[in-house]
Amino acid sequence: MRDYTDRALDVARAKGATYADIRVVRRETQNIEVKDGIVQDLTLAETYGFGVRVVANGAWGFASSNRLEKSEIDRVATLAVAIAKASAISKKEDVDLGPAEVHVNTYKTPLEIDPFEVSLEDKIDYLLRADKEARAVDGVRVVDGTLGFQRDTKTFASTEGSYIEQTLVESGAGIVVMAVSEGEMQQRSYPNSFGRHQGTGGYEFVQKWDLPGNARRMAEEAVALLSAPQCPSGVKAIILDGPQLGLQIHESCGHPIELDRVFGTEAAFAGTSFLTPEKLENFRYGSDLVNIVSDALTPGGLGTYGYDDEGVPAQRTDIVKRGQFVGYLTSRETSQQLRKIHPDAPARSNAAMRADGWNRTPIIRMNNVSLLPGEWTFGDLIADTDDGIYMITNKSWSIDDKRLNFQFGTELAYEIKRGKLGRMLKNATYTGMTPQFWAGCDAICNKDHWHVWGTPNCGKGQPGQVAHTGHGAAPTRFRNVQVGVMKG
Amino acid sequence: MLGQSRLAEIAQRVLREAKADQTEVMITGNDSHLTRFATNTIHQNVSETDATVRVRSIIDQKTGVASGNDLSDAGLKTIVKRAETVARFQQKNPEFRSLPGPKTVGKIDAYVDATARFAPLERAEGVEKILSASRKNGLEAAGAFSTEEQEIQIANSLGVSAYHRGTVAALLTVIMSADSSGWAAAASRNVAEIDPARVGKTAIDKALASRNPTAVEPGEYTVILEEAAVADMLFFLGYMGMGALSVQEGRSFMCDKMGERVTGDQITIWDDGLDPRGLPLPFDFEGVPKRKVMLIEKGIARNVVYDSFTAAREPGKTSTGHSLPAPNTAGPLPINLFMAPGKATQEEMLASTERGIWVTRFHYTNIVHPVKTILTGMTRDGTFMIENGKISRPLKNLRFTQSILEAFANAEMLSSTLTLLKDDWNAIGTCAPAAKIRDFRFTGGTE
Repeated sequence: MRDYTDRALDVARAKGATYADIRVVRRETQNIEVKDGIVQDLTLAETYGFGVRVVANGAWGFASSNRLEKSEIDRVATLAVAIAKASAISKKEDVDLGPAEVHVNTYKTPLEIDPFEVSLEDKIDYLLRADKEARAVDGVRVVDGTLGFQRDTKTFASTEGSYIEQTLVESGAGIVVMAVSEGEMQQRSYPNSFGRHQGTGGYEFVQKWDLPGNARRMAEEAVALLSAPQCPSGVKAIILDGPQLGLQIHESCGHPIELDRVFGTEAAFAGTSFLTPEKLENFRYGSDLVNIVSDALTPGGLGTYGYDDEGVPAQRTDIVKRGQFVGYLTSRETSQQLRKIHPDAPARSNAAMRADGWNRTPIIRMNNVSLLPGEWTFGDLIADTDDGIYMITNKSWSIDDKRLNFQFGTELAYEIKRGKLGRMLKNATYTGMTPQFWAGCDAICNKDHWHVWGTPNCGKGQPGQVAHTGHGAAPTRFRNVQVGVMKG
Repeated sequence: MLGQSRLAEIAQRVLREAKADQTEVMITGNDSHLTRFATNTIHQNVSETDATVRVRSIIDQKTGVASGNDLSDAGLKTIVKRAETVARFQQKNPEFRSLPGPKTVGKIDAYVDATARFAPLERAEGVEKILSASRKNGLEAAGAFSTEEQEIQIANSLGVSAYHRGTVAALLTVIMSADSSGWAAAASRNVAEIDPARVGKTAIDKALASRNPTAVEPGEYTVILEEAAVADMLFFLGYMGMGALSVQEGRSFMCDKMGERVTGDQITIWDDGLDPRGLPLPFDFEGVPKRKVMLIEKGIARNVVYDSFTAAREPGKTSTGHSLPAPNTAGPLPINLFMAPGKATQEEMLASTERGIWVTRFHYTNIVHPVKTILTGMTRDGTFMIENGKISRPLKNLRFTQSILEAFANAEMLSSTLTLLKDDWNAIGTCAPAAKIRDFRFTGGTE
C-alpha cells in the first residue's frame, strides 16, 4: 500500500501541490431486511477506491477513482492538482492548514463479536423471531426489521508524513411496525427511528438491543395509537425520551456548531448557523443544566473513531458548558480562520473532518455530540411534572437553515397529569426556537438512563454525503414549549 | 466511462459465470465533477470516476444481491459468488414470480458531448461570472456547478439487455447579504444551455430585493409558489403515495381512491421517463421500458406506478417501468414527475393577488403525516409580502405545515410554462409550474 500512497503524493508534489493526502478506503456493508415474514433484502456490498486531496496555488482540489492502479493514481493525482489550480482563479487567500499533523498509527474499533463472522442464518433467525412477535398482534399491517453492518478499512497518508490505518466497524438493528386504519397510519420503531439504531462495535450491539423481546410491545403500541386521541395543542412542559432528544441535539446543536456552516461554505445547500463567531464564549445557549460535548472517543458511539479524515487524532471538546456556548466542530483550515477572529482559539483542529467513502472529500461532521447526564431518575422526573407531555421516538423533523426554528413530531406520546403518566396520544408535535427551547431545560435524567443514540442518515455537502453520528442523551424536561400544530 | 460495448461484455461475463435459476446484472458508471463555491470563492472542487456491478441471483424463489466495483475477472466472480451464496441462505419469497423478460427499449439521446468534455477551468470560469457579479453588488455567493456523465447497463438471464447513457449539468446559487438571500438554479443535459451570468443575476436581484425583512404573523395566506416549491411538494407526493407498494401496504393517500377526486380539478400529474423536457431514462432498474403513467388527472386519482414484483401481486397489472435498484423494499416510485401547466404568467398571478406571500423555495421539507399528505418546512431565499397585486416588502422566513392535496385543491392559477428542477442528491428531475394557492397554512416564523 505504501507504494501506492507514496506514488500519489509524489505525483501531486511533482505537479505543483504544496500539500497532498490520499485516502484508500474499502467499505463493506451487509444489510438484511425482513418484511412481513419474508427476507426482502439480503445484500453484500463492497466499494473500494482512493481519493487524492491537494492544495496547489493555494487552493483545494480533489479527485478519486475506483481503480487503484499506478497509471490511474498518476491520472487522478494530476487531475486533483489541475482542479486545484482551476479553483485558484477565484481565491481570496491561500489555504492555511496551521501546524503540521504527523501521526503514524493504527486504530481498530473495539468489538467482542465480529458481525461479519456471525452466520447469515443466525441473523435471519433473529429478525424472523422479532417479525413473528410483532405480527402476532391483531391489527398490524407491516412489520419491517433490519440488521446492518459496515466495515471501513482506511489508509491515510499525507505529504506531512502521516500514515494511519484504521478499521471501523458498525453494527445496527431496528424494527418498525405499522398499523393502518381509514385515513390514519401509525408506526412504532425500536430502538430508534430511521430504520435502525446503530453504533460502533460488534454483534454484541444487536444482542443487547433484543429486537425479538421488544417487537410485540411495538406492535401493541402501533395498533393502540390508531384509536388514541390527537395530542392537544398548547404551551406545556415536555419530556423527551433519549432517541428524540438525540435528534433534537443533532439538529439544533450539532449542525450549528459545524464551523464550515458558520463560515458560509454550506450556505447554498444545508445552510448556515445562528452560532456566529462573535457568540463564542459570549452567548447563552441554554439553561445552567445544559452541558454538551463533542466526543469522538465515546465508547460505542456511532461517531467514534481513532483519527478523522485529515489525520487528526480523535478528541473531546466542550461545546456548551453550564449553558454557555464555548466550542465548535473544526477542521484544520477553519481552525486557522477562527483564530483570525479569536486569536486564543486552539491552533489545532478537533478532528471533525470526515468523508463518506473514498470518493468524497472530507467536510466537517458531527462525531458524538452529546448532552451530559443530570441527576434525576425517570420516575422522579415524571412525579415532578404536574402538566406535560412525554414524547417518544422521532417521526418527523424539520429545522430552518440557520438552525433556529424547528418542528419535530414523535411516534408516541403520553399525557402527564399530576405527576403520573396518563393516556396515550397520537401525532404529537412540538416547535420552538433553539436558544429559548434549551433555556427551558430544567431537568435531565442521570447516567443510568443515558445512551449514545445513533443517527445513520445525516445528509450534508455537495455532492451529497451521508454521515453516521452519535448523540448521548437521557430523558430531559423542557418548560414552556409550544405543542401541536396539526389541524384536527 | 467504459462505454456500451464494454458494459455489455462485462454483463455477459457475469451471466456466463452465474449458476442461479435467474440472474440480473446492473452496471452503473459515472464521471462526475463538481465545483463548489461560497463567500465569493471556490472552496471545494471534486472529481469522481466509478463503476459498480450489482448482481441479483434467484435460486428457487430466494433472492441474493451483491455489489462491488472491482471489474476484474476475479472481482466479477466474487460478486456473483456472493450473490448466489446469499441467495442460498435466503428464505423463499412465494410472491416472487420472475425477473422480467426482454422487451423493446426505445433509445433516448440524452448524452451531450459538451457536458461530458466540460473542464475544471470552464466550470471555474462559469462560477467566476457569478462571483464577480456578487462582489460588485457587495454580496456573498455560494453554490455548486456540476457536470456529470452516467451510463447504465441492465441485463438478465432471460434476455433483457438495455443500455443508456446521459449527461447532466446543474448550477445553483444562493447569494446573500447580511440579512437576505436569493436563490436561482438551472439544470440541463447540455451545459451550454446553462447561463451562469443569468442564474447569478436572478439570485442577486432576489437577494437585493429581500434586504431588511420584517416578520408577518403566521396564519393562512394566499401564496404564489415558484416552481422549486411546487416541485418539492410533487416529489413528496410521489414518494409518499404514488407507488404500488404504498397502496398495497395501505399507507398511501391513493388507497381506495382510484377514480375518485383527491384534489382540485386544475391538477394533473403524470410520470414520463421518456419526455426529453425532464431527465429521461428509457427503462427502469430491471430493464423494463418506462411507460407514461397518468397519476392524477384533473384532480381524479388514476394510477400508481409498478415494478415487476408489485405488478405480479395484482391481477392484470404489468410493470410500468418504475422499479428502483434491487433489492428495494420501498417499492416502485415515479422519478420523472410532471405537473400540467396552466395558462397564467407569474406576473398575472401577482397582479391578481390582493394580499398574499410569494415563496421562492422551501427548505428542509419533511413528512408529518403521509396519509393526509401533510408536510412541514421553511421558506427560504426570497419570501415576500404581496399587497394590492405587488410585492410590498420582504419577509423573514416562515414555517408551513400543510397538506399537499389540500393545497393543490386550493390552486387558483398555474403558470403556463414548466421548469425542470433537479434533485440535490440524484439525477432525478421534476417538471413543475408555478402555482397560486389560497389558504396556505403557515405555522411559525424565524429570524
